[in-house]
Parts: sequence; structure tokens; C-alpha cells
Amino acid sequence: MSVAVLPYTVKPHPVTGVYSGKLGTWLFLASEVMLFGALFSAYVLLRVGAPASGPAAWPSHDATELSWKIGGFNTLVLIISSVTMVMAWASLKLNNLSKARMYLGLTVGLALVFIMVKLLLEYIPKFQAHHTPSHSNFFGLYFTLTGLHALHILGGVFVITYFIFPGSSLWKKDPEYYTNRIECTGLYWHFVDLVWIFLFPVLYLL
Amino acid sequence: MGGAHADISKHVKAYIGVFVALAVLTVVTVAVSRVHFSGAGNIVVALVIAAFKASLVAAIFMHLKWEKAPSIWWALAICAIFFVFLIFIPVLAVGELPPQAQHGMWDVVPQVGAAH
Amino acid sequence: MSGGHHDHHHDHAHHPELSFWRKYLFSVDHKTIGIQYALTALVFLFLGFCLMMMMRWQLAYPGKVMPVIGNLFGEGNMPGGVMLPEFYNALGAMHGTIMVFLGVVPMLVGGFGNYVMPLQIGAPDMSFPKINMASYWAFFVGGVVMLISFFVPGGAANSGWTSYAPLSVLATRGQTFWLLGMVFLITSSLLGSVNFIVTIIQLRAKGLDFFRLPFFVWAQFVTAFLLLLAFPPLEGAAVLQLMDRLAGTSFFMPEGLVVSGVPQAYAGGGSPLLWQHLFWFLAHPEVYVLILPAMGIVAEVIANNTRKPLWGYRPMVYSLIFLGFMSFIVWAHHMFMTGMGTKISAFFATTTMIISIPSVIILTALVISLYRGCIRFNVPMLFALAFLPMFAIGGLTGLPLGLPASDIHLHDTYYVIGHFHYVVAPGTIFAIFAGIYHWYPKVTGRTLNSALGKIHFFLSFVFINVVFMPMFFQGMAGVSRRLYDQTMYAHGDAVQSLTRMSSWGAWMLGLSQLPFILNFFMSLAAGRKVNQNPWEATTLEWAAPSPPPHGNFATVPVVYRGPYEYSVPGTQKDFFPQHLATEA
Repeated sequence: MSVAVLPYTVKPHPVTGVYSGKLGTWLFLASEVMLFGALFSAYVLLRVGAPASGPAAWPSHDATELSWKIGGFNTLVLIISSVTMVMAWASLKLNNLSKARMYLGLTVGLALVFIMVKLLLEYIPKFQAHHTPSHSNFFGLYFTLTGLHALHILGGVFVITYFIFPGSSLWKKDPEYYTNRIECTGLYWHFVDLVWIFLFPVLYLL
Repeated sequence: MGGAHADISKHVKAYIGVFVALAVLTVVTVAVSRVHFSGAGNIVVALVIAAFKASLVAAIFMHLKWEKAPSIWWALAICAIFFVFLIFIPVLAVGELPPQAQHGMWDVVPQVGAAH
Repeated sequence: MSGGHHDHHHDHAHHPELSFWRKYLFSVDHKTIGIQYALTALVFLFLGFCLMMMMRWQLAYPGKVMPVIGNLFGEGNMPGGVMLPEFYNALGAMHGTIMVFLGVVPMLVGGFGNYVMPLQIGAPDMSFPKINMASYWAFFVGGVVMLISFFVPGGAANSGWTSYAPLSVLATRGQTFWLLGMVFLITSSLLGSVNFIVTIIQLRAKGLDFFRLPFFVWAQFVTAFLLLLAFPPLEGAAVLQLMDRLAGTSFFMPEGLVVSGVPQAYAGGGSPLLWQHLFWFLAHPEVYVLILPAMGIVAEVIANNTRKPLWGYRPMVYSLIFLGFMSFIVWAHHMFMTGMGTKISAFFATTTMIISIPSVIILTALVISLYRGCIRFNVPMLFALAFLPMFAIGGLTGLPLGLPASDIHLHDTYYVIGHFHYVVAPGTIFAIFAGIYHWYPKVTGRTLNSALGKIHFFLSFVFINVVFMPMFFQGMAGVSRRLYDQTMYAHGDAVQSLTRMSSWGAWMLGLSQLPFILNFFMSLAAGRKVNQNPWEATTLEWAAPSPPPHGNFATVPVVYRGPYEYSVPGTQKDFFPQHLATEA
């Protein structure tokens, strides 16, 4: 065997018990924890260090005008999208590609609902009310944290859409490989949901 | 591949169950935030609930409950340790700054003889 | 191994000859990518060196017209051939950035790591070849962005490689390019580190347990974890600084900031210290990224050229792991002078003292490995041997910096510059040279000329000490770093002769690289051809042809013993390769 054929891409390694893509995805998620962790750390440091009064003081809840109803709605939207994502993987394990594609489509749809709600009901009204990132550190962090999170959602949408359409041809060639890739995409998607689970109370409620 | 050959319908039941739990806990999070605890109580409660929700997502949706591969658990453990350092140490450092710097008042000149 | 070798996304077996683009530019073969990284990194190292040589003119002869090339840099940078302070600062910031992020790390990890590691574990390639290629191109784009910054109005970034706020937030446009460039470089690093970790865990040959791995592979493994977990906070911080610069946020900008009499229009409430914490959270592990693969290379070369196993292999491995762990909790020793407070400073001083222990264990083990060895003083070994005392000087001079009391006097002086350059320049760079001379035959099938190599070594060794040794004394005399003209101050003027000495040393060091550059290119065409194992080494990369073909090994290797079985009693030859079942 002189040809570059890479083992353990589809079948798990007999000793480590995992296929390479899954291990790689978890490692990538570890780095993402550190990325969002740094921003949360910045949040804590800036909030604790904020002056007691004046333009740089930390705003009260009413002053932020962040609606827990919108935030709560979006939280539920993302949680449901996590369910549809894992159901897509489960459908593939049960050999049902069309059901899986439906679930993937639902996931994308819910993600787009999340983005639209954010954009139309939150970002744009805030800009119109001059609650821009430069207004105060609260809004600076709000836009940076949720903006970076939204970029991650868009990245996920892009990948999932790829797997619904051109990527699904992999199912015919190697269904197990396709299932694995959906599993890894799911891991990423659940992580994005997880970040929001922390963002929602920190930004909207505390 | 992490328990995939177990009954998928059992998994699906778990997914639905976790969804219900997460929805309920979201409502609880909002409700509890209306109650005012002393000191850092609100923060602690909110983070505990969020952490519990996160562990449900990780265990069931991300299949960690059925994950036997040691390398993944090692990766998570190492990440958790360094995450703790990342979060806590800068915060501890803030507490040691003199009062002006603590509250962003860099241009305030301290009074001679003022206590720290 | 289990079945399932049919990997559908890797069709090379069924493809005809690849086009030029797919074979040389957009290759997914780890060896091609490794060479791309190495060559690009060498160009950046050369560029960073040139920036330094220019700075050294200004330092040695402040305000004087630079001869020959002085008028090439434009009126905005060097009017009349005399360097402006702003340009000096840009050269300084970019010298550091280019050397660390575009030179040394891509060379050690992207170059040596990519090329050698899969071979040393008996793998056909990395776990994720396409991601490997993506990581090179992300690095390349990041490098281009950094270079372009020299040509934007205001010039390149000039707030130090450390980009401290608020200066960096208020700096010229080049700083934005620096931040964008860093985002690309960090992405490249993350993609690479995932690849390295998964490859080492998943693709080791049969029989290659973790404690039979060459020390070089262990070093790359720990380094990959450092890159994976330490870089994201800097990426976060870079995003925050970009927001401060472009969106007017105040993450790092305090209330009431006044610059040159002009109050700045920021909402305020930010913390310059926040930037420092996030920056150094990466940048300290980063310096271990600079040294660990270098130690790995030195270990390989020493074992091979003493014809005996490494002394203390296991303690060295445990030290590596401990070092990697500790590197995450020492970062604020760069911040002793920020007024953090005595309790926090004491914590970081303690962890800094503790972290010196594994370093010393590794260095001591390497020195003891020489004892009663049958030493071959070839060129790689000369560089590897020189690494030992040079790294020792670098490490020892770090101790007064790690203790807050002495750091009060030495912080931000030339002493610091001397300290870290000893570790990186005669430390890491010498290890890089050792690696190049050692593995050049594997990559090209020819050796580098030994006589030229020895000239390169001796001249470099002498002049590198001439450059950096005076800096300790300058620092102790109180000369600040990042100073455009130290003769403005009496204490600086008093030691100006040391500055001149460093500058002449630097220019001579530059000339000393000519034999190497000549050798490198000449030997590609006319070097002595060699078989697959010219150094009579034991590790797996020497079981593949020189250079290895696509897929690396004619038959998948199986490993029967540890990595450094030299001079084993009862064997005929003085080395017993890992992949041989019996001595045939």
C-alpha cells in the first residue's frame, strides 16, 4: 500500500475509539470555548471595573432596553434548532436521507428566524435609538458578543446548507462518512446553542 | 461511534425529553431573574441554571453520555482547566487595583492620606 | 488495523498526474505544504532580519544618514535618508511580529512539524490534508496583509509587537492591518493545531505507543495544545481592539483620556489592562511554542550524533507536559509593573519560578545525554550543542525578570531584549539551523556542504553573542527598550559604545548568513547525493526514501522498539531502527 489512504476517517480507531473528524471537531470546540471565554472574561472585568456613575457607568436593565421576551423567544428557537439538528443525524442512522434533509432544512430555517429576529427586532431598532457599540461598554459587548455568535450561526447555516444540497451526494458514495460529517456539524451546532444559553441570561437578565 | 448502535428511538425519546427540560428551564431562568437575591446571588443562580442547561445539551445532544473515547474527555478536561484560569485570574487582578483604576477613574488624583 | 481504508475523499490513487497548481501550490501533501511553510518562513525571517539591521543603524548612529539605501524608503519614513522616530517604531513592531508569527513559528511548526512529524509516526499524511493546505494559505494571506501595512498612509503598526492599548487604539491605520493579519494567522494556527493533535493521536503506526514517540513528536504535540487553547483569547482581544479602533467602542479606553491636550471622544469605562491580560494569556504560551519544537529538534540531533539513547527520555516528556500546563499560568509576569497588587504578583512570581524547573530538567537531560557519547561534530550537532549554553543563558537571565523586586529595575530595558533574544536567536534559530542541516538530505536527497556549514556556524556563533551579550549591561545601566535614540539621555549616552558593538555584530551576523544561503541553493543542484539514511538514524522518517514519495512509505511501517536505540549491546551496527523487526 504505497498510496495515501487515510485510515480512521470513517471507521473509529480501534484503540482511541473515535473517528478522526469527531476528535478534530471536539478540539476545535475547545478552542471556541477559549474564544468566547475570553470575551466573557472581558465582560466580567469591564462590568466589575465600571464607574459607579457617569456616562461610563454600567446601565440598568431598563436603560439597556433589551427585551427578555425577544431574547427568550430566540433562545427557544435555537433550542428547537438543536433538536432538529440531532434528529437529522438520528434519521441518517435510520437510513432515511429525505427525512434527514428535511430536519436539516428546518434547522437552517430556524437559524434564519433567529438571525432575522436579531437583526430586525434588536439590532436595527438599537441603532436607530443610538444604542450603538460606541454608546457604552455594555452595548459594545452586547454587539460584539452577539455579533460574533451570529457570525458563527451564519457559518453553521452555510455548512448545513452545503450538506443539504451538493454535499448530500456523499450519501450515495459512503453513507457512514456522510452521517459522521452530519454528526460533527451537529456538535458545532449544539455548541453554538450552548453559547447562547449563557449569553441570554448574562446580557438580558443580569 | 458513541453508542449509535443502541436503539435510536430511545435516543429520540431523550432528545424530546431534553427539549422539554430546556424550554422549562428557560422559563425558570426568566422567572428567577425577577427575584432579587442579595449580593451576587442573581448571578450565581443564573449561571447555575445555565450550566445545567449546557450540560444537558452536551450530554444528550452532543452524545457525551455515550462517549467512551478517552481522548475526547481529555480534551474537555484540559479545556475546562484553562478556561477557569482565563475567566478568574484577570477578575482577581482587578480587585487589587487602587480605587481610581478599579472604577475607570484614571484622571482622578488621589487625596493625600486617603485610605485604599 | 480495522477495515475501512477506502477513503473516498482522497482520490490520488485514481488520478492522473496532477496539474502544476495542484502539485506545487495547492497541494494537500504534508511534505509540499511543509516546504511551502519553510520557504515562506525563511523569506520572512530574512525580512525581519533586514528590518533589524536598519534599526541598528539608527541605534548606532542616531540621526545620521543611512548609507547606500537611505533614500529608498520615502520622505514619509526617512526624509533625506534619516530615520524618523515613527518609522523606527514601525520597524520595531514589525520586526517582532514578523519574526515571531511569520518566521519562527511557521518554520518550526508549519515547516518542520508538517514535514517531519507524519514521517516520524509512520503515517501517510496528516489526518486532514485539505485543512492543512488551508492553514498554509491562511498564513500566507496573513503575511501579505502584514506586509501591505508598510505601504498604507501612516505606515505599518508602530505600537510594539505587544500592541498595548490605548496607544494602539489611537495609532495609525497600519495597526488595523496588524489586527486583521493576526486574525488570519491565528486561524491558520488553529487549523494546524487541530490537525497535529488528531494526527498524532490517530495515525501512529502499529507498535508506536506514546512512549516510543521521538521527543520531537512529543514537543509538537504539546505545542499544538498551546496553540489551540492560547490563541483564541488573542483573537478575541484583536476583535475587541478592532471594535475600539473602527466602531468607537471603549473596551480598552478609560474615561477622560486626554491625548496631546485633546480629550478623546470615548464613552470610557474601558481597561487598558484588559488588553494586557488577554494579550499575554496568549503571548506567554507563545514563547513556549517558540522553544518546545526547537528543543525537539535539538533532542533528535543530539541522540543521533552521540550514538546513544537520550538520557532521561521519560522525565523529559513529563517535563514537556508540565511545562505546557504551567505556561498558561505565568502570563502576568509581563505585567508586574502595572500595579496589579502584591498578592497577584506573588502568585505569578511563584508560578514563574516553578516553570523554570521543567526547562532545567530538559536542558540538563540533554547535557547529560552527551556524557560518554561517541560525538560526531557534524554541522547539525554543532548548532545543537551551541543551543545548550545559549538557551541556558537565556533562561537564567529570565530569573531576575520573573521576580517582581528585580523586575522593577529591569522591566522594559535592554536586559529584557537580551534575555528573550538569547532564547530565541542563539536558542531557537540555532535549533532551526540544526534542523535544516539535519533534514535537508531527507527533503532533497542531497546533503548541504559541510565546510560552508561550519563557516556559517562559527561566524554566526561569534557574532550572535556580540550582538546580544552587551544588551544585558545596557539594560542594567538603565537603557529603555523601544528607544529611537538612547544618546538623548546621559545614562544611554554613557553606554553608546555597547550599542555600536551590537550593531556591528548584527551586520556581521547578516554577512555570516551568506555561506548558508549560498550552500542552500548550491546544494539543491550540486550537493552530494545520499541514500535514505545518511545519518544512520533510528527514527521512522529515515525509513522512507529521500525524498519520500506521495504516501511516504512503500510498506506501512511497524514499530518494534523505542526511538533512540543506538549502541544496543548485542547488535552489529551502532543503531537499531525502530521499524526493523530484526537486524537484517
